[in-house]
Amino acid sequence: MLGLIGLLTRRNVMFTLMSLEVMLNAAGLAFIAAGARWGQADGQVMFLFILAMAAAEVAVGLALVLRLHRIYKSVNIDAASTLKG
Amino acid sequence: MVLTFYVAAAIAVICTGLMITRLNAVHALLYLVVSLLALATVFYTLGAPYVAVLEVIVYAGAIMVLFVFVMMMLNIGERAAQMERAWLDPKAWIGPGILAAILLAELVYVLMAPAGPSGFGGEVGPKDVGMVLFGPYLLGVELVSMLLLAGIVGAYHLGWNAPGEVESLYAMESSQQRAVISGDLVRAGSDRPADTP
Repeated sequence: MLGLIGLLTRRNVMFTLMSLEVMLNAAGLAFIAAGARWGQADGQVMFLFILAMAAAEVAVGLALVLRLHRIYKSVNIDAASTLKG
Repeated sequence: MVLTFYVAAAIAVICTGLMITRLNAVHALLYLVVSLLALATVFYTLGAPYVAVLEVIVYAGAIMVLFVFVMMMLNIGERAAQMERAWLDPKAWIGPGILAAILLAELVYVLMAPAGPSGFGGEVGPKDVGMVLFGPYLLGVELVSMLLLAGIVGAYHLGWNAPGEVESLYAMESSQQRAVISGDLVRAGSDRPADTP
């Protein structure tokens, strides 16, 4: 299950961000499952950290997407790979 | 409970697979939301109700709203209205609708069923999580708050319009402006225009 979810990063920027969300979720699921297996709360704590990190990451990522869209007028894919200063 | 777990897990996997194969970003977003809800059900059946609730509120609520906002900001104009009409046809939402209906049936089933042992180890309630979170992991909580602050500042900085940029945008003709603004970033898989650097 995690393998299938983890295969994801594809195509344009939006899809990349969504796949990132899914992969973070997969990592969180692993933590939760381990925590449930041994009955510890640590797994859930780690998931909370992952959740906060994903929120911060997606805010910055979407701001970057807006910025990219404004610069390269209608460029949609991650073809903005020139990265000139 | 075990059956619920497997059905929810299957829905999550199917939704994720459909999500990455959609050509249209909004359809993919619909599938992603259903996938997150299914994952929340999985968490609940694994005996983590607090995390399941947080998953629904933060992921399926807040983060998805961010995605939808950005998509709305990225296509403004006439062409967007036509796209909107095309997205609203039934075969766009019937798939996520069916899967979400299965999830809803599962939810009702879990609520109706007598609370038994979850079958995957013990249930860890919110109180235990809180005790651990503000006990040994207090430093981690502080670090996460710093990270969130950095995220806020970074997003604000990146999303800020430079004044000259905005003025040049307003100075243009409206049709030209629309050509600048209404890109089709939302439509995945199309090719890079030839005139871009």
